[in-house]
Amino acid sequence: MITLSKVSKVFSTKSVQSKPIKAVDEVNLTINKGEIFGIIGYSGAGKSTLIRMLNGLETPSSGSVVVAGNTISSIKGRNLRKARQEISMIFQHFNLLWSRTVHDNIAFPLEIAGIKKSERQKRVNELIKLVGLEGREGAYPSQLSGGQKQRVGIARALANNPKVLLCDEATSALDPQTTDSILELLVDINKRLGLTIVLITHEMHVIQKICHRVAVMEGGRIVEQGPVLDVFRNPAEQITKRFVQQVTEPEETKDTVEHLLEHYPQGKVVQLTFVGENTESPLITKLIRNFQLDVNIVQGKISQTQHGSYGTLFIHMDGSDEEITHAIEFIKEQQVGVEVMSSAE
Amino acid sequence: MLSNWFPNVIWENIWLATKETLYMTGIALLATFILGILLGLLLFLTSKGQMWENKFINVIISAVVNIFRSIPFIILIILLIPFTIFVVGSMLGAKAALPALIIGAAPFYARMVEIGLREVDKGVIEAARSMGAKTSTIIFKVLLPESMPALVSGITVTAIALIGYTAMAGAIGAGGLGDLAYKEGFQRNNNDVTMLATILILLIVFVIQFIGDYITSKLDKR
Repeated sequence: MITLSKVSKVFSTKSVQSKPIKAVDEVNLTINKGEIFGIIGYSGAGKSTLIRMLNGLETPSSGSVVVAGNTISSIKGRNLRKARQEISMIFQHFNLLWSRTVHDNIAFPLEIAGIKKSERQKRVNELIKLVGLEGREGAYPSQLSGGQKQRVGIARALANNPKVLLCDEATSALDPQTTDSILELLVDINKRLGLTIVLITHEMHVIQKICHRVAVMEGGRIVEQGPVLDVFRNPAEQITKRFVQQVTEPEETKDTVEHLLEHYPQGKVVQLTFVGENTESPLITKLIRNFQLDVNIVQGKISQTQHGSYGTLFIHMDGSDEEITHAIEFIKEQQVGVEVMSSAE
Repeated sequence: MLSNWFPNVIWENIWLATKETLYMTGIALLATFILGILLGLLLFLTSKGQMWENKFINVIISAVVNIFRSIPFIILIILLIPFTIFVVGSMLGAKAALPALIIGAAPFYARMVEIGLREVDKGVIEAARSMGAKTSTIIFKVLLPESMPALVSGITVTAIALIGYTAMAGAIGAGGLGDLAYKEGFQRNNNDVTMLATILILLIVFVIQFIGDYITSKLDKR
């Protein structure tokens, strides 16, 4: 559905001394039809520029961008405008027209596409139902909450039955609960309409929750990419590890572990890492039944991704050294990652 | 009763002068609105980073606007006398004041239009582009509606400035309340005429301001 080959974007700077900025650097990327593809990176990584090249809001300095059979990087004028109707976009700050009601905002792309008024009316009503905004048709954006505004944004983006939906930090301005409801809506649309979704974000939570595959961007390059679960299991790059930590290790974990190590001089604090199906097997029960151990759960978190779950669990095991060693061996056999925590000193 | 307060006032003249002022202001305002929006759009669209980015045209329009905005109105009228005679065919009457009024006010309003357009959220323009909108669609369905409160409050300010200009236009024999206040009031020492003309001008200003504010607040859904 989307193919980027050797795409670069260079911004020339005003001052003579400073070098031109390479926002995107020789990126190759293939995104399949019906996929939810996430691009994660910190601000300035070039992900915004990258996603804007997918609908021609930015033109690449070199390389080619092909979306839904159109070479976006080289078409212009009427052809580009036509192609854009198949590649919708939603935005961090929603970008609704404040002067139009919910209904008229959703009708706007239909007006652009030259759809007749009676058909527009029908389509708008369908879309309002799809995003769950019944009864708010006549409201102005200023009367809506952030989540509702983004729903209007999504309805507007879907109006012309696009093949691709680009999400530019679509949930970054929303609170966690609203973020989740918007993400659920995106998954729903993806499944129901078979829409290809490309989203950029700096929150691993978003990737974990809805993406099938992920690419990690740093300094204009894609440093790592793959199925979300694989990336979670074996993050290769330092930056990826940091992103993965966002969802697996709550801030307080480190302190808790330190605290525990102080409190329990005996035994061992162990971090277990679960990926995929084995998150569901009753590991702790087996541990207690098979070994002469006291097992105490310290902290844990299991995150659902689109292809299975991923989680970490901190447990404290107390017993003879021999039993603990055996227990660790046993856990390893269960395809669960084990790491014995030691004090930071 | 009124004639006790304003003994020297000839009511037909007052009525005529008021009509002249309203006529000059009304026609000039309409032309200023259209011309100002055109100029403002050009200023905005040819500026850096915009759809018709063109430094050359932008600098030229900007210079023209700045020059006509800076010339004191009373001097502008005199400078425009040959032009007025060419266009209107006469130097006298309310009609003859129109070219100077429009040329004086349109650049003033164009700058306000430009400022209003600049305040339209860039993200909204980007969203329209991402939907495949043409430039003309962006102008008529995004830029103008989204900046409408600024355009209306701008034309209100311009209207009030125009009333001031019409009073000065009296100096070239354009008629109107300003002319009346000067000739019948000041020069003949009829303070009551001056006072009444002032009251009427104030009234017109208040009414325009009220209507402008009302429309602006009705339009603004932010």
